Amino acid sequence: MASVALSEAEKVYIVHGVQEDLRVDGRGCEDYRCVEVETDVVSNTSGSARVKLGHTDILVGVKAEMGTPKLERPNEGYLEFFVDCSANATPEFEGRGGDDLGTEIANTLYRIFNNKSSVDLKSLCISPREHCWVLYVDVLLLECGGNLFDAISIAVKAALFNTRIPRVRVLEDEEGSKDIELSDDPYDCIRLSVENVPCIVTLCKIGYRHVVDATLQEEACSLASLLVSVTSKGVVTCMRKVGKGSLDPESIFEMMETGKRMGKVLHTSLQSVLQKEESLGPKRQKVGFLG
Amino acid sequence: MAGLELLSDQGYRVDGRRAGELRKIQARMGVFAQADGSAYIEQGNTKALAVVYGPHEIRGSRARALPDRALVNCQYSSATFSTGERKRRPHGDRKSCEMGLQLRQTFEAAILTQLHPRSQIDIYVQVLQADGGTYAACVNAATLAVLDAGIPMRDFVCACSAGFVDGTALADLSHVEEAAGGPQLALALLPASGQIALLEMDARLHEDHLEHVLEAAAQAAQGVHTLLDRVVRQHVREASILLGD
Repeated sequence: MASVALSEAEKVYIVHGVQEDLRVDGRGCEDYRCVEVETDVVSNTSGSARVKLGHTDILVGVKAEMGTPKLERPNEGYLEFFVDCSANATPEFEGRGGDDLGTEIANTLYRIFNNKSSVDLKSLCISPREHCWVLYVDVLLLECGGNLFDAISIAVKAALFNTRIPRVRVLEDEEGSKDIELSDDPYDCIRLSVENVPCIVTLCKIGYRHVVDATLQEEACSLASLLVSVTSKGVVTCMRKVGKGSLDPESIFEMMETGKRMGKVLHTSLQSVLQKEESLGPKRQKVGFLG
Repeated sequence: MAGLELLSDQGYRVDGRRAGELRKIQARMGVFAQADGSAYIEQGNTKALAVVYGPHEIRGSRARALPDRALVNCQYSSATFSTGERKRRPHGDRKSCEMGLQLRQTFEAAILTQLHPRSQIDIYVQVLQADGGTYAACVNAATLAVLDAGIPMRDFVCACSAGFVDGTALADLSHVEEAAGGPQLALALLPASGQIALLEMDARLHEDHLEHVLEAAAQAAQGVHTLLDRVVRQHVREASILLGD
């Protein structure tokens, strides 16, 4: 991951500030930076979103392709995650340099989506055991300014919200051979319900306190952090400790509570932004990277 | 080409352009704060980002350092969702490596590398959406990014592709026109001097026609230059207003 070099004095300044509930950029311990979300930025995908959280910049594209259901789940489609840490973010990611971090993030995404409630996978099935939709969720990391996991999970949720899968029908003739027919109307498509898609809240332990949405500098001062993936109802679907330090059990419970509280707020505001953008319809002026 | 008419009798192309017409170009410099230079360009539906780091010390093995000039290091990658069919790998495949090498060749010809001996300049380009002319879009984005980083160059590098259909040279091919499989030419031009930094042609083309196609590509590249120049001037004007003088 992109790293910053901090002197001892700078670290002390950050740690003492956090203890007084005042961070370097003027936020309190439970404040997020301003999040910018835009959906439908790449037109040849089924759904896409770009999220900017401080200096962290994420682009997610979802492509729906037809595949065969997995043997153990014959009447469900599935999601595939791939994270590309591009060299744009930092020269360290050149060549195969970003693969480790990419795999780590992709595995975390697999884990937080690994429960029945997050996405209705049954709606992705076309004909049991034969055809289903496979959603390839591809995350592109463009700039790295701390708190990657939260930004990526917000972008994935926004992209899934934006995803439109063409409606298909299975026609069966007398001999039993099946034919898949695509709807003529390009606007006739199915949408995914993203109500239960979780978002990750990362809590960084700095000194005796924990902060949400840490910047790169704050991440450099923290020894350990806790990833909590929370749904809009405040249900925790996954939890993971990351970082090289250790955490005591009591603080884990404290952090979990904060995570749940922050997660609910995050979901509410994300949902309202997405709805607002949706209501503008196709007339919306697209900003993308030009704004 | 069966079924699809690339050039109508009235002289219009599939997307309604004339033979020598460019697609709409929109660009922006200084997209990212952390990189030394960055730029984003849209040419029709082709979208590319370029980021420049450097000049800085050589990373990795010191043996690669050049005693008399800077090392230009390029990486081309294209997002897995950028093409119609999903790609499995964003970079590291044969096409990306080749593109990286071509970019490197192009920019070694344009950057005044002798001003920064024993150092390295990284140029990373990322295609977000591919609709024909990805090489050209990458070069144009990278030029803006290098300018944004303040690295001295001989001149702009402006690139454009051209093709040849029914006896007419077409400038700035879209994906549909590329996929039709006719001859294709990629040209990178140093517009002030008219020198060519990179020239590549695929497929068969009669020698007599080459001049026309080359002329069409060069003219389109000059057009690109006019637009990029405008973007740079606008950016500098905005930056100087922000600085307060």
